[in-house]
Amino acid sequence: MIELEGLSVTFLNGGRPIHAVQDVSFAVAAGETFGIVGESGSGKSTVLKAIAGLAPWTGKALTINGKPAAARRSRDDRRQLQYVFQDPYASLHPRQTVDDILREPLAIHGIDNSDDRVQTAIADVGLAPQHRFRYPHQLSGGQRQRVAIARALILKPPILLLDEPTSALDVSVQAEILNLFSRLRASYSLTSILVSHDLGVVAHLCHRIAIMQLGRLVEVITVEDLRKGTVREAYTRQLIAASLGYVRAQG
Amino acid sequence: MSNPLVTVEKLNVSFPGRGGVTHAVRDVSFTLGRERLGIVGESGSGKSTVGRAVLGLLPSSARVSAQRMDFAGENLLGFSDNDWQRLRGRRASMVMQDPKFSLNPVVKAGHQIGETCRLHLGSDAADAKRRALAMLEAVKIRDPEMVYHLYPHQLSGGMGQRVMIAMMLIAKPDVLIADEPTSALDVTVQNEVLRILDDLVKDGGMGLIFISHNLTVVSSFCDRVLIMYGGKIMEECEARHLHKAKHPYTQALLAAAPSVERPRAELATMVRDPAWLA
Repeated sequence: MIELEGLSVTFLNGGRPIHAVQDVSFAVAAGETFGIVGESGSGKSTVLKAIAGLAPWTGKALTINGKPAAARRSRDDRRQLQYVFQDPYASLHPRQTVDDILREPLAIHGIDNSDDRVQTAIADVGLAPQHRFRYPHQLSGGQRQRVAIARALILKPPILLLDEPTSALDVSVQAEILNLFSRLRASYSLTSILVSHDLGVVAHLCHRIAIMQLGRLVEVITVEDLRKGTVREAYTRQLIAASLGYVRAQG
Repeated sequence: MSNPLVTVEKLNVSFPGRGGVTHAVRDVSFTLGRERLGIVGESGSGKSTVGRAVLGLLPSSARVSAQRMDFAGENLLGFSDNDWQRLRGRRASMVMQDPKFSLNPVVKAGHQIGETCRLHLGSDAADAKRRALAMLEAVKIRDPEMVYHLYPHQLSGGMGQRVMIAMMLIAKPDVLIADEPTSALDVTVQNEVLRILDDLVKDGGMGLIFISHNLTVVSSFCDRVLIMYGGKIMEECEARHLHKAKHPYTQALLAAAPSVERPRAELATMVRDPAWLA
């Protein structure tokens, strides 16, 4: 469904190149939920942006749904793949109601019957009909992230990209959003890539997990590997140990 | 723990507002010795407000009342602005969550650290610099001389957090309140920062209030934990026995967190019982 071969992303900072992502290759099968974990600056979000066409990339190939990704994405390309951002406070327009927010993708893609579709989308993500004409500031963090998910899914894309979708939320609200996602990925038969720094979240949802460090792919492991700790690289082991809590004797 | 550093009895904090009075903290009582006391809870549980109340850092709109609020034998309830100045920075300080918002963006890191010495310890400029450099080294900054001259925007998250910890600890306070000190940090850096705090409690005899929403960190790092919800303490338990907590709220928090070791098809969601706040 999604294939990356030798993908690199380089930004220029005052003429000086910053190699945000270097030579990353992996393939995500249809229906799979693929995780990317790593620390800040590891390039995990940048990989996601490159796949979405939001960051310039170089390299051998980037194939999405069997088609090589063009440098400039067409409207049809964009309909293949939607994005949920980290911060539900920053990713929703403060002057638009939920209804406006959900109608916009439909209008852009010229999809009719928008009234029914908006109603269905609101119900699908577990919001109530009265939320439809509220503004983002009248919603809680969890409700906003539901709106962001509804906006991404209203076009019924085969691919959903999630960039730290729950890291701004409390653990109880995170549980609700993760359960919602589990339910929706089955009913929409989604292929997803989930970026997170939380190994618990990734282990809960993903089938396979890529570990990134300093722009490079360290290794790709299965969720069973993660649970059993059967990993090859020392960095992965270190990351797993650190996520299990504070250990006095360390170092 | 015969002589607690901080004693709080029936602390109440409320904020009058347009929609009525918000009770942020209700009847909170606890003591702090030379130990690591964790306060956990979700956003809005009042955990940060408790920390701020102990240092007199609440906005003037807040109504604070308590039966007793002592700091090493001194009654905090009758404190004047001057008394607070004497206490804060010197004997008690607070590390905030995000160094990006809590450091002064136009003052070099080293100068901000040395300011405490000049204000509270009567240091001259040279002495303040010497102490600031020593403190940067103590928080495991590799090149203190270089970091001393950097502005906050030139620091990474982990370095910024260590600069802030250095600033708060340079006067060797008896009590440190750390409000989500590691939430903005990567897990590997987080453990380095925890180790620094741990050393200060173990070797320096400091009392630490560690405010966090992260149950894994609190249960593995602290000695005792208070669990807060809706401004009230739901229960108190030993940190390493947090997983055996009895209160349904604590159990629900634990069950809601996805875990690497214990896979679950569906995460438990929380059913909040109004009786918890009765």
